[in-house]
Amino acid sequence: MKNLAMDLPGLNLKNPIMPASGCFGFGREYSEFYDLGELGAVIMKAATGSERFGNNTPRVAETSSGMLNAIGLQNPGVEKIIETEVPFLESFNVPIIANVAGSTVEEYIAVAETFNQTDKVNALELNISCPNVKEGGIQFGTDPDMAANVTRLVKQVSNLPVYVKLSPNVSDIVAMAKAVEVAGADGLSMINTLSGMQIHLPSKRPLLANKTGGLSGAAIKPVAIRMIYEVKQQVSIPIIGMGGITSAEDVLEFLLAGASAVAVGTANFHNPFICPELIEALPEVLYKYGFSSVEAAIGKGVPSYG
Amino acid sequence: MMRKEKLHILSSKQVALDTVEMVLENTYISKTAVPGQFLHVSVEGHSLRRPISIADIDMENETITILFKIIGSGTKQLATYQRGMKIDVLGPSGNGFNLEIRADSTILLIGGGIGVPPLYYLGKTLAKNHIKLISILGYQTAQHVFYEQRFQEIGETHIVTNDGTHGKKGLVTDVLDTFDFDRYYACGPVPMLQAITAKLEHQPGFISLEERMGCGVGACFACVIPTDTPDGYKKICKDGPVFNAQEVSL
Repeated sequence: MKNLAMDLPGLNLKNPIMPASGCFGFGREYSEFYDLGELGAVIMKAATGSERFGNNTPRVAETSSGMLNAIGLQNPGVEKIIETEVPFLESFNVPIIANVAGSTVEEYIAVAETFNQTDKVNALELNISCPNVKEGGIQFGTDPDMAANVTRLVKQVSNLPVYVKLSPNVSDIVAMAKAVEVAGADGLSMINTLSGMQIHLPSKRPLLANKTGGLSGAAIKPVAIRMIYEVKQQVSIPIIGMGGITSAEDVLEFLLAGASAVAVGTANFHNPFICPELIEALPEVLYKYGFSSVEAAIGKGVPSYG
Repeated sequence: MMRKEKLHILSSKQVALDTVEMVLENTYISKTAVPGQFLHVSVEGHSLRRPISIADIDMENETITILFKIIGSGTKQLATYQRGMKIDVLGPSGNGFNLEIRADSTILLIGGGIGVPPLYYLGKTLAKNHIKLISILGYQTAQHVFYEQRFQEIGETHIVTNDGTHGKKGLVTDVLDTFDFDRYYACGPVPMLQAITAKLEHQPGFISLEERMGCGVGACFACVIPTDTPDGYKKICKDGPVFNAQEVSL
């Protein structure tokens, strides 16, 4: 539908709905349920320099209204992703966003640079906010100077627009957003998971093998909305919003807070058809609340932004 | 191929302590599921589905039987669901047991607790093909025992309980040596499977694994297990839950 279309740096989205990184693998499994070409875009699972096995199991735990995960960035490595996963996704008419992760600045740069080898990826999502790896990840996402530095260096080597995925595990999200904007980020992805923990009563020990994990799902939606609302007033680059989206009403709430598109994460696990269902339901919800298009709703919940 | 289906609940009853048997009606799953596969069951108000193995299928009446243990809030709620209600499932999920077996084979089925149910549909399927079965079923206590009669109907069956309140006292591994067999199939807690695979190291066998799952379709990498394969790992939800005993590192 035309009124769902949205143009963002590097991305001509036919609708603003995409699966979030880490919750969709590389699309193969969900392609058995529906045509991935229906999606606005696909954000691939994180890519690191070489193959990573990730953390020990158990890696997920259910909490009230959310999920804790500590997968640990398991992936086959950037080269194999370009060789086998990108060509698979390319067979669908859908923009591809590559999620770039690393343990060191050098690894982020190398992974980003490796994605220049393919012209099938449309944008990068810089994952400086994974709470589940010992080195790298979140340490870049909680220090504005480190976040700005890795953003600047990745921008220098990459041919692609760079969306920086921000962590909510900070006291000043606006400072983080401004720092990466100044460093050249083309957009923001927000938010990643909130650091959390669950104790298993029978064993009286943490349920996750990694002890702590990232909280996602409906529980974190208000945090995401608040952070996007605050950041939208202070930065001018577009935001891809995420965190607990389960309905088309949730999508509109993210748009009103200032997101230009949204990513759906944990909800895919409960309902593999959630993304196409949201795409189908969104026009009616937009209409119901008086918006003629996605673009018309963006930031309308932010009075000072207009 | 896996589908998202609504299943009618035909019956739900407790068959042992904290163990519920639910009979469900669905054409697609009853026609397509094979022994060892599972259903990824949605429970209202819970963000993650629950993987529950298929215990039996009646193709003629298009019913699927599942058994689950009441452990946490999800299974506790599922246990309240009654006849006439519908449940939302993804299924049939995963890969089942290897059914290529020589006709004159003797098969050992080793089940522990809530690992017993998938072996029943396997055993029933093999018995139909006149394959000789010996079943060793381990439970905590007499109160936990279920399906003893059903297993006896398909072959020689031995019960062990941890406290000796029913059958022999001890663990399934205590009685393994007693039998001659060509291949074994096992499902149960990981320590039990570790003990079995160590003891039967030189015997061909297949094990069915359980792990906390996220998506249940192979996308989230939550339920992986290390292997000696080029990938270095397998996904329990998609590549399993059944594996060759030599293939995975428990």
